[in-house]
Amino acid sequence: MTTVEDRKDLISEVLEAYPAKGKKRRSKHLGVKEEAASDCGVKSNKKSVPGVMTTRGCAYAGAKGVVWGPVKDMIHLSHGPVGCGYYSWSGRRNYYVGTTGVDTFGTMQFTSDFQERDIVFGGDKKLAKIIDELETLFPLSQGTTIESECPVGLIGDDIEAVAKLKAKETGKPVVPVRCEGFRGVSQSLGHHIANDTVRDWVLPKADDYRKLPEGFEPGPYDVNIVGDYNIGGDAWPSRKLMEDMGLRVLSQFSGDGSFNEVVMAPLSKLNLIHCYRSMNYICRFMEEKYGIGWLEYNFFGPSEIAKSLRKIAAQFDETIQAKAEEVIAANQARMDSIIAKYRPRLEGKTVMMMVGGLRPRHVIPAFRDLGMKVIGTGYEFGHADDYKRTADYVDNGTLIYDDVSGYEFEEFAKQLNPDLIAAGIKEKYVFQKMALPFRQMHSWDYSGPYHGYEGFEVFARDMDLAINNPTWSLIKAPWTE
Amino acid sequence: MRQIAFYGKGGIGKSTTSQNTLASMAEQGQRIMIVGCDPKADSTRLMLHSKAQTSVLQLAAELGAVEDVELDQVLQEGYRGVKCVESGGPEPGVGCAGRGIITAINFLEEEGAYEDLDFVSYDVLGDVVCGGFAMPIREGKAQEIYIVVSGEMMAMYAANNIARGVLKYAQSGGVRLGGLICNSRNTDREVELIEALANKLNTQMIHFVPRDNVVQHAELRRMTVNEYAPDSKQADEYAQLADKIINNKKLTVPTPITMDELEELMVDFGILDSDEKYQEALAAEEKVVAVV
Repeated sequence: MTTVEDRKDLISEVLEAYPAKGKKRRSKHLGVKEEAASDCGVKSNKKSVPGVMTTRGCAYAGAKGVVWGPVKDMIHLSHGPVGCGYYSWSGRRNYYVGTTGVDTFGTMQFTSDFQERDIVFGGDKKLAKIIDELETLFPLSQGTTIESECPVGLIGDDIEAVAKLKAKETGKPVVPVRCEGFRGVSQSLGHHIANDTVRDWVLPKADDYRKLPEGFEPGPYDVNIVGDYNIGGDAWPSRKLMEDMGLRVLSQFSGDGSFNEVVMAPLSKLNLIHCYRSMNYICRFMEEKYGIGWLEYNFFGPSEIAKSLRKIAAQFDETIQAKAEEVIAANQARMDSIIAKYRPRLEGKTVMMMVGGLRPRHVIPAFRDLGMKVIGTGYEFGHADDYKRTADYVDNGTLIYDDVSGYEFEEFAKQLNPDLIAAGIKEKYVFQKMALPFRQMHSWDYSGPYHGYEGFEVFARDMDLAINNPTWSLIKAPWTE
Repeated sequence: MRQIAFYGKGGIGKSTTSQNTLASMAEQGQRIMIVGCDPKADSTRLMLHSKAQTSVLQLAAELGAVEDVELDQVLQEGYRGVKCVESGGPEPGVGCAGRGIITAINFLEEEGAYEDLDFVSYDVLGDVVCGGFAMPIREGKAQEIYIVVSGEMMAMYAANNIARGVLKYAQSGGVRLGGLICNSRNTDREVELIEALANKLNTQMIHFVPRDNVVQHAELRRMTVNEYAPDSKQADEYAQLADKIINNKKLTVPTPITMDELEELMVDFGILDSDEKYQEALAAEEKVVAVV
C-alpha cells in the first residue's frame, strides 16, 4: 500500500464519525498530495461546519491584528464593546522600535468601549470625541484607524463621515475599516478589507501625507518588505538580508513599520511579499496603479533563503546578483555548523502543522534543512491559491487538512504519531497532554525571530528543545497505557 | 394586571386611539400605565397635555447609563391618574431604536414600575421591523394585542404582518390577538372589509371608530376626547371600545394570510383590480401606444 492510499484510508476512517451531511462537507477539505497534482485536492475558504471546533478568527482580527495593527505610530481604535480590543491586545508579538505612548503605540489598547446608550443612540459622536482626545493625548501619533466591531455594522453608524471630518480637522489620516466580525468566513476577509482601505483611504493621498527623508532621491534598488509582521523580530533579519545584498528598503509594511513607510511604498521599484495571503491584494493594486512588480519570497531555512535571495537578485543588475552570492557564501559556514549541530538530533523526525497565512508551506523547507519531514499540513483560512502554492512544497502522500476540526486533528495525530506538532495556542495543551512535543507557530512560542539566517539558528534550537526534551519520555498518552 | 399593546401601520392613529380609549378605561376605574415605545415619544402627550415628556433613554444618555435613571424621573401621572412613561430613542437615521425599547422595558421592570396596576398599555411604532419592536409581545409582556387598522390597503398589509409577529410569539410566549380596531378612513365598505379580514385572521373587529373631527380638535388642545368633549358622540364610541377591551374574552392565536390571499380579499372588495383586469388594462394601453 502506498502512502497516498494509506492516508486516504485514514481520512475515510476519521470522517466515519460525522453524520452524513457533515461528512460530505468535511470530506472536501481533507486530502492527500498526489504525484503530478498541481494542487492539494482540497476545498478552502468556505464557512466552517457547525458543531466542529475551528481555530479561525474574524474579519476584525484580520484587519486589526494582522494588517493595520503593526503600523506602530498610528492609533488603532477598536470601535465597539470592550472585549474585541481587550482580547486582541498585544497578542501577536509584533515587535517595534519606539517610545510607547509617545511616538509609537503598538502595545497600547484603544477602544471606544461601547455601552448600551452607544448602541441605542449610535456611536458616531463618541467616536469623534475619542479622536479629538487622542489628538490631545498623543500629538505625535501619525493618524488613526477605526476598526469597527460587529455592533457598529448592525446599527449602521457612519464612521466614514466621522473619518473624513476628523482627517480634515487633524490633517492626519483617519481610516475607517469596516471589518465587522460577522463578515466573511474567517479573518481572511479582514485582510482584504484592510488592504482595500489602504487602496481607498491612504494611497490616493499618499503624496500629501508623505514626508520624504532629507535629500531623498528615488533609486534603482528601492524595495518594500510587504507582509512581514515582525513577529518576535522576524522583519529585522529579513531587512538586513535585503540591505546586505544592496537593496534599499523604503517601507516595512507593516511589521515595525510607520505610516510614512506605508505612503513611501509607491516610490519603490519592487514589492517583496512574505505573507501572500494577507497582502497580495495591495501588491496587485500597486502593480496595476504604479506599475510596481511584486515577488514572493521565503526566508525560512538556508535552502529557501538562498533560493529567494537569488530570485530577488535576478530582478536587478549584476551588482546585486554578485552581492547576493556574497551574502549566501558569507553565511554558509555558520549555517553548516548549525545543521551539523542539530541535524543529527532531529534527523527523520516527523511534523504535523496547522497554521495561518503562509507558514503551512513556507516553514516546510526549514524543517527539511534539519532533516525533518512534514507529513501533514493545513491552513486555518487559506484559499485555493495557497493550496496551489503548497503543492510545490510538500512531498507526495502529505496529508492536507483545511480548517481542520479539533477532532480531525487529534485523530490524525493519534494515527500518524508525529514527533512534533506545530500549530497554535488552542491546540498546544491538547497535544502536550497527548505526550506530543509542540511548538506554537503563530507567536513562535514567545521565541523568534525565525526569519533569515539569524532566525534559522533560533528555529533549529527551538525545535531541538521541543523534541528532545527528556520530559516527553516520562509522559504516556492515555491511550498507550 | 393585564398587559396590552397597540400596533398598526405608521400614521394610522395608534397613539390617538389608544390614549382616547385608555382615558375612557381610566374613567371606568381602571388603574393604567402607558408605555410609549416610539422614538418620537408622542404616546402620552394627550394624557400629560405636553409636547413630549422626558424619556427613559433621553435621560439615560444625559446621565451616562440607564442604571443612573430613577423611576420617578421618567414616570409622570397624567389625566385621570394614568401613569405615563416614554421609552424614547435615537434621532432618525442613527443608532438602534429596537435596542432602545428593550433597554427601556428592562429598566421599567427592574425598577418595579409594574405594581398596583390593572392595565399596562404599550404603544409601538409602525411595523414589527426587528426584534426590538417585538419586545412588548415577548413572553411576560403584553398578552393582548390590538391592531389599529383602516380599509386602506397598506394598513391591512401591515395588520397582517403584525399578526405574523403575534403568531410567532404566541407559540413561544402566550401572546394573543385581541382584535382589530378599525379607525375609519371612510373608505368603501370599510366595516365589511375589516370584518372579513378579522375573520381570516381568526379574530374580531372589536370596534369601528367612525371618523369625527372632534378628535382633531381635542388633539390640538393636547387632550383626549374624553376630557375635551365628554358628552360628544365620539367620546361615547371610545367608551364603548374601552368597555369591550375591559370585557374582551375573545383572545385568539391569529392565522395570518398569504400576500395572495390578502390581495384576493382586496379584489373581492374592489380595492384592487383582479389580475385579469390588470392584464386587460395593460393590453389596452399597449394597443393605444401601437396605434400612436
